[in-house]
Amino acid sequence: MSTRPRTLYEKIWDAHVVERRADGTCLIYIDRHLVHEVTSPQAFEGLRAAERKVRRPDLTLAVPDHNLPTTARVGADGRRLPIADPQSAAQLAALTANTREFGVPFIDDLAAEQGIVHVVGPEQGFTLPGTTLVCGDSHTAAHGALGALAFGIGTSEVEHVLATQTLQLRPSKTMEIRVDGRLGFGVSPKDLILAIIGRIGAAGGNGHVIEYRGDTFEEMSLEGRLTVANMSIEAGARSGLIAADDKVFDYLRGRPMAPTGAAWERLLAWWRTLPTDPGATFDSSVRLRAEDIAPNVTWGTSPEDVVPVTGAVPDPDSFADPAKREAARHALDYMGLAPGENMRDVAIEHVFIGSCTNSRIEDLRAAAAVVGKRKVAGGVRQALVVPGSGLVKRQAEAEGLDRIFIEAGFQWREPGCSMCLAMNPDKVPSGERCASTSNRNFVGRQGPGARTHLMSPAMAAAAAVTGHIADVRELMA
Amino acid sequence: MSGGVERIEGRAYPLGRANVDTDLIIPAAHLKTISRTGLGRHAFEVLRARPGNVFDDPDFAGAPILIAGANFGCGSSREHAVWAMRDMGIGAVIAPGYSDIFDSNAFKNGLVAIALPQPAIDRLMEVAKAHPITIDLETMSVTTPLQDRFTFEMDSFRRDCLMQGLDEIGLTLASEAAIAEYERGAIAGDLRVERAG
Repeated sequence: MSTRPRTLYEKIWDAHVVERRADGTCLIYIDRHLVHEVTSPQAFEGLRAAERKVRRPDLTLAVPDHNLPTTARVGADGRRLPIADPQSAAQLAALTANTREFGVPFIDDLAAEQGIVHVVGPEQGFTLPGTTLVCGDSHTAAHGALGALAFGIGTSEVEHVLATQTLQLRPSKTMEIRVDGRLGFGVSPKDLILAIIGRIGAAGGNGHVIEYRGDTFEEMSLEGRLTVANMSIEAGARSGLIAADDKVFDYLRGRPMAPTGAAWERLLAWWRTLPTDPGATFDSSVRLRAEDIAPNVTWGTSPEDVVPVTGAVPDPDSFADPAKREAARHALDYMGLAPGENMRDVAIEHVFIGSCTNSRIEDLRAAAAVVGKRKVAGGVRQALVVPGSGLVKRQAEAEGLDRIFIEAGFQWREPGCSMCLAMNPDKVPSGERCASTSNRNFVGRQGPGARTHLMSPAMAAAAAVTGHIADVRELMA
Repeated sequence: MSGGVERIEGRAYPLGRANVDTDLIIPAAHLKTISRTGLGRHAFEVLRARPGNVFDDPDFAGAPILIAGANFGCGSSREHAVWAMRDMGIGAVIAPGYSDIFDSNAFKNGLVAIALPQPAIDRLMEVAKAHPITIDLETMSVTTPLQDRFTFEMDSFRRDCLMQGLDEIGLTLASEAAIAEYERGAIAGDLRVERAG
């Protein structure tokens, strides 16, 4: 191995090369594979058709999340309630049958550990630093918060990993995003990642793996890091990494699927060697100051359409790029907004606190702190709080957060992807507007015609209790 | 991977829009299928709901090519987006760039994703309104009857796979000995999962 200074990404990559071809493509070993019900049925079908097995079921973990209704799953009589949508039920049945047939460990929808796949992985100690981790879901980037090289893959690649425990990949370019300083009062990691996406654009990270560096990330909680890494894909980067430190090691030690004993000690020693070497270079570099970040919201239909909550809807003509001008016009038409409108005057009818971006305990605490004794505003038709996993839900209930939300008029739901993507009964009706802690404000993302404003959990709570987009700093002052 | 392809010729939908995300190509409501086929009728349905859209313009009926703006296929990793495009008869996309996951998904399904600079896209958008376009993988070129000729880059492995329709899993399984050797290494050994959830 060369002694040239290497980045965290290069070290993980080098440690996983099975074969290197002359054209630069490498066969990369995959240490961890998370599977859910939506992107796996065709992969298992492919294995069956070719009479192939799952090579390493022990390195694979399946959990349903996308399709599951977030209403009660067990009736008063203790029996499982049927899933009304026959297609959703069929997809869940397929996951159950496929994991059984191929011997893949499976957390079913009634298990206490069930949740969104990207919440479950770290909680179970399945996600580990220095590993390669994949899932048929673009928000797999989240696991980079624990120092794993984690990225979303398509179903053909899911099948490839199931069959071979490897992927044929070309090395990515590297991008350093350096943020130093302290985030201001009322400003969260979600605001920071929205600012980053606004800065580099939705395609800014294409072809790159991002490494988030600087003391802002060092000081950040693990939950906050997960929020940041999760949305790397919204900046176009398939992966976003944060070097693992004692915060990560302490979090993982003793988790059900984490290594133990001598293996843990050897891995820990290796993990400590992985941070980027002094003098290692990145293909590109971006710097932000944490103090410059305000609570952010999106105004359009791409996550790059970001403004501070104190700002206004931009005028499409203000964009120099003609493609961006046209996109902004389409976006404002879809969003029902006019140039110059103050973001704080925008009324909302729905609130969604949840998703793999913001459904962890710290997110729920932040939202509950804003809600306090306040009530959901009269114009809000539906306000959902959807914990990311059964374990998050139980923790929140132990802290009494569920009571705060329920008494304010929120619905307290079962874990799942919920209103993030309009695949289960939780949807935003056409033409209605949602303050959402999820990750995508795409056209139709939360339901056909739905209008999404992305923001932090505290900001979504502020929107819920005021009935419009609001600056959480004013509520909390 | 489906069968190989060397040349794609025909009309091209001049979509042109930037940041076409995979939710726009196929909304999540249609991801509940457990099959790869039949998604074409739902492809681009949000755009198709608008009068005058290119997909329902009879001039482009059955067009095998789509021309789009930057960052095509961004967002969700759903391979259903590529299946839906293939199912509606699209064999190639020409755009300034693609999201990494879409690019990979396209390749695995024999959907040719060609990157050309924005000025070339602008010209092809114009020509495509009235003329067919030809994509040739052998010469790595896009040509029009108006004597336009744009060359694109594609690595040789990818081009060979597209032209020959190779089974990538089959290729990787030929490296079984190397994979097994890797698994005998120290890191892979320590990363074994002792307790399953």
